[in-house]
Amino acid sequence: MKRYLEYLIEWIIKGCGFISAFIVLMIVLFLFKEGISFLNSSPLEKNYGLFVSVNNPVRKLTDLQIKNIFDKKITNWSQLGWRNDSIRTIDINNIESIFTKEQLGTNYEYLSICINHYIDSIPGTLAFFSERLLSISSGTKEIEVDKISLWSFLSGEEWFPTAKPASIMGTLPLLLGTLIVSFFAILFALPLGLAASIYLAEIADERIRKILKPIIELLSGIPSVVYGFFGLVVIVPFLQRVFHLAVGETALAGSILLAIMALPTIITVSEDAIRTCPRAMKEASLALGASHWQTIWKVILPYASSGITAASILGIGRAIGETMAVLMVTGNAATIPHGLLQPVRTIPATIAAELGEAPYGGLHFKSLFALACMLFLITMLTNIIAERISAKRKLS
Amino acid sequence: MLAFPKNIDQIKMRNQRIMFWIARGISYSIIAILILILFFILKRGIGVINWEFFSTMPKEGMTKGGILPAIIGTLYLVAGSMIIAFPIGMLSGIYVNEYAREGQVKRFIKLMTNNLAGVPSIVFGLFGMALFVNQLNFGASILAGSLTLALLALPLIIRTTEESLKAVDNTFRHASYALGASKLYTIRKVVVPIAFPNIITGLILGIGRVSGETAPILFTVAAYFLPRLPNSVFDQCMALPYHLYVISTSGTDIETSRPIAYGTAVVLIAIVLFVNLLANFLRNYFSRKVKMK
Repeated sequence: MKRYLEYLIEWIIKGCGFISAFIVLMIVLFLFKEGISFLNSSPLEKNYGLFVSVNNPVRKLTDLQIKNIFDKKITNWSQLGWRNDSIRTIDINNIESIFTKEQLGTNYEYLSICINHYIDSIPGTLAFFSERLLSISSGTKEIEVDKISLWSFLSGEEWFPTAKPASIMGTLPLLLGTLIVSFFAILFALPLGLAASIYLAEIADERIRKILKPIIELLSGIPSVVYGFFGLVVIVPFLQRVFHLAVGETALAGSILLAIMALPTIITVSEDAIRTCPRAMKEASLALGASHWQTIWKVILPYASSGITAASILGIGRAIGETMAVLMVTGNAATIPHGLLQPVRTIPATIAAELGEAPYGGLHFKSLFALACMLFLITMLTNIIAERISAKRKLS
Repeated sequence: MLAFPKNIDQIKMRNQRIMFWIARGISYSIIAILILILFFILKRGIGVINWEFFSTMPKEGMTKGGILPAIIGTLYLVAGSMIIAFPIGMLSGIYVNEYAREGQVKRFIKLMTNNLAGVPSIVFGLFGMALFVNQLNFGASILAGSLTLALLALPLIIRTTEESLKAVDNTFRHASYALGASKLYTIRKVVVPIAFPNIITGLILGIGRVSGETAPILFTVAAYFLPRLPNSVFDQCMALPYHLYVISTSGTDIETSRPIAYGTAVVLIAIVLFVNLLANFLRNYFSRKVKMK
């Protein structure tokens, strides 16, 4: 009896051993199930279509063209490769200014007739209606809309997931925003963190180190929302004043804040890397007449370089995934960034800000899951690269 | 003016002095900046803190009153997530250090644990929403939030358990085997009790981490404003970090709710401070105990 119990417990322990692998698998499954399913679907609302006259030679429109048409930026069919004729858009919002209630019927039962008639009489019409309400007559055809492809998702330059009638999902501005903020954060943090880790590992006395180390560890535990709050009340107004900006919420604010947040991690990891340098190596260098600094610069740092690289890659991974602090200070404008003093929007901030208002299961909702997939892949990649680099060090 | 150096040794030493001062200067300024941040928030927030702040509901669009529901909510979430994550994480750590043989499987598990630790917190939030809130139909609830936070704390607990078991000297294990004890009995009665104070450090650090996380609870549990205490695990609740986020960015009146925001930030910092001190204390206690044996 007791033996069986022991077997059982050991099996439970064994099962728990694989829990993290199991969770990673589940995350991949759930994220990708939602995130991939929206590729290859139409950017239009479900069951809606765009209708034109059969005489219209335009067969296909892209999501951006549709947005520009309904925003009145494209007003003439000649811009889309037809004759010189102005585009008349008609949808549920302006239908009642064209037809009376009696013509449409109380439940829109004559809508099809009205629209078909309207398209016949004015060839430049572009009608946007639900396919359920509209049965197409011989004079009308439906325009094809470019499906959302992986390429258009990754390289699209505009992000308007809530645009009507076609949502526009290009993640390039978000991706660039994320990269620019994280890159400059590491650029600020790495030299400072490296200097501090050299100081802690090689220069400081044991007494001072014992005081400084716990403080640094403590600071890595402060919640990101507290850092974000600090950025909001100090860094943002400061930048606004110094650079005379209309708004202080910029990529630079995000970079500075992320740099501050990344410092404790970078210091700890690179200090560990510096400490792995064998004593014999240091002493050999000192015995050859090199000063302590020359030894640090020419012997210890090259030896620790792979560990330091791993630390900075891990730091970038963290910075890319950081949500709350960045959400609070970067201004969240989904445009392609042209400089550090502009508002940007990062991928995690987009998810955090938009998921609450995206209808469950809709296109927008799924596109946010696709963003999460991207984020997951990026951080997974940085983790594996960092792991590889430090594994190489152990081998040599 | 610097004296002209006579020989290469002097140049060498002068360079060293300069570089050391630079490194020292940078280190001290980093520490100074970080401490200034804490001090800045503490100075402005400490005045708000009194008993009323802890014990009353938010009032007048969260510009007045206390943060009681947020504190209670965070307590529930911390307790819930640790009840789930600590036993599983501990068993997982025991498996990795005591049972798994060196090789592919162990490497794979470690890689996966590292990956899990690197997953951004917002991705956990999304996953929690997809699995717990929607698929398993828990709704936005304390249960869903605790489960999501548990996933986040898991790698931390696994790693600390593993490290603390590794620190237990093999002679203890061999002595126990020599007395005829089985492997499980040895783990239960010898290895884990010795390592336990250090394993608890993982739990405590986990509490610190979980109580400050915002992104995972955004869509799984957090309520924007809920002026009552939750009455079941299927209820939504407020939480300290989310409360700070809300009142500092999208509250009804951001400027007048600033004092409350500072106060909330102070509470969050205090939790982290306390948790770290406790963990440090336990770590020292542990190393002394091991030396004694």
